[in-house]
Amino acid sequence: MRREGSPWTGVWAVFFKELADHLSSTRMLILESLTFIMALIAVFTATQTLTQTVGEDPFIFLKLFTTDRDPLPSFLFFLGLLIPLTAIALAFDAVNSEHNRRTLSRVLAQPIYRDALLLGKFLAGLTTMAIMLAALWLLITGLGIFRLGVVPSGEEVARGLLFLLATLAYAGVWLGLAMGFSVLYRQPATSALATLAVWLFFAVFWNIITQIVAQAVRPIEYGFPEEQLRQIQMQLFLSRLSPNTLYTEVLLAVLNPAQRALGPVLVTQLEGAIMGTPLPWFDSLLLAWPQLIGMIASVILLFAWAYVNFQRQEVRA
Amino acid sequence: MSAVIETTNLTKHYGQVVAVDNLNLTLQEGEVFGLLGPNGSGKTTTILMLLGLAEPTSGDARVLGVDPARRPLEVKRRVGYLPDSVGFYDDLTATENLGYIARLNGLSWQEGGRRITDVLARMGLADVSERRVGTYSRGMRQRLGLAEVLLKQPVVAILDEPTLGLDPEAANEFLRLILDLKRDGLVVLLSSHLLHQVQVVCDRVGLFHKGRMVLEGTVETLADQVLGGAYRIRLEVGGDGLDETLAGTPGVVGVSRENGRIYRLEAKSDCRAEVARRVVSKGVPLLSLSLERPGLDEIYARHFHGGQYEA
Repeated sequence: MRREGSPWTGVWAVFFKELADHLSSTRMLILESLTFIMALIAVFTATQTLTQTVGEDPFIFLKLFTTDRDPLPSFLFFLGLLIPLTAIALAFDAVNSEHNRRTLSRVLAQPIYRDALLLGKFLAGLTTMAIMLAALWLLITGLGIFRLGVVPSGEEVARGLLFLLATLAYAGVWLGLAMGFSVLYRQPATSALATLAVWLFFAVFWNIITQIVAQAVRPIEYGFPEEQLRQIQMQLFLSRLSPNTLYTEVLLAVLNPAQRALGPVLVTQLEGAIMGTPLPWFDSLLLAWPQLIGMIASVILLFAWAYVNFQRQEVRA
Repeated sequence: MSAVIETTNLTKHYGQVVAVDNLNLTLQEGEVFGLLGPNGSGKTTTILMLLGLAEPTSGDARVLGVDPARRPLEVKRRVGYLPDSVGFYDDLTATENLGYIARLNGLSWQEGGRRITDVLARMGLADVSERRVGTYSRGMRQRLGLAEVLLKQPVVAILDEPTLGLDPEAANEFLRLILDLKRDGLVVLLSSHLLHQVQVVCDRVGLFHKGRMVLEGTVETLADQVLGGAYRIRLEVGGDGLDETLAGTPGVVGVSRENGRIYRLEAKSDCRAEVARRVVSKGVPLLSLSLERPGLDEIYARHFHGGQYEA
């Protein structure tokens, strides 16, 4: 049956209400403080290492993200943990809490479609993440200027923005997943656990599984290089089904200008290449383009999945 | 055109379960209509279909001349809905809660703010408007719900079990507020299973049972229909052996005897004088004689326990 009236009606009302909720919630306060403390620690230690090589490296601001110093891991490692956690915390009770507080039927009795509610909540979550990440990036860059005594180049700023975009897409994946589970399960605890389980599965078990599967499907029987290559390609294909791999690869390309390929490279392909020379930022973007688009596509798919389930759901508690 | 809500053969299935079965309902302008029935008889499902929040399996609904399944936004703009067991965002104040609803309705800041002040004052919540709703009592929440309904200045108000869980005083106060709405010319559709409360405010009622509306009309006509006579006479006497005398009185349809010397008569007309004369002429002392208006509770109980609607 065709429905009349715009599905966008009310989306901004929902958006601003949810955004205000997120920005003032205790939950976000805790996670933001945690993230900022970790960022400070990581950058502080990184700068200690980097001050010795300030003059030599043209991309010192990118190194701020990736440099680690024993026993502390790099900032990216922290971020890889905290981004999914924050995204899940923002969305795991997005819809089921409205059910449980019995506000859903009241809100849907207003002249809006359900589309507006879900989209508004999703955009608010994404915007919260964007605000947090932008603040984080500026903080790190500012700290870098202060500690290292140099300013970032245009190239570094461009790569920094790409890094923000990729991280936002990665956050969007977990936001979409958590929101989908919040539609599916009535108990917020169940939806939180389900999302965390998926995250843990990809973070811990997926690499092991891809290895085992690749060995089973493409076994090395005679030790030919072709066999080895096929196995590696199989494993890479499988591991790229995980958003974590996609995100890692994008960061690899964006934050290491010298990175020329993501995956196995044959010696013949390197003919004429000057090893260690940086690529322009746009070429790095092209290198990670499939991964970036893959992440954005997953966000859209997950949102669509949540959307379809939400449309079919009964309003009554 | 005077039908504000009109449904024709409205039907809703949930899998095998028939929630609403060929419902034909018409609400006229300026009317308070009571949807009555036990829990799970299809009242809420009907309401959700009227708001376009559930899609009918078959049949048709028209609210203010608009099909809610096709143009729900238009319907929801003009119809206020108070759900059963209404919930609010507990960490926001009443003003903030209503502010969100005002914005969802597309009201400007000034207009929204003005209306919020108005409706909160009208519901007697002006003093507590800056308190978090989490601290509100059940009666206050219910009034806040009604304030929200009025916020969009609706033509129709649909209230689902509005007095459920309220203490008698709060319930009566709430019913008075509903009567105020009627005075303002609003059409009110009220669903409840608390029959005696509905009776006070409703012009007409419809009795629901298993998704069907089995009875419809004013309380008086229903009493006629179901009880066979609209008059119930209660008398207390000081002796025995009156059954036949009472049953033989012209106009009396039924006689039942309650604990010892109290009788209840059902009659087609007010035949108290004749009853009194006969009792006294029998030499039995007449202690009291009074006329009782049958309540909805009784109509309901009678109708559903008459054997034809065994649950």
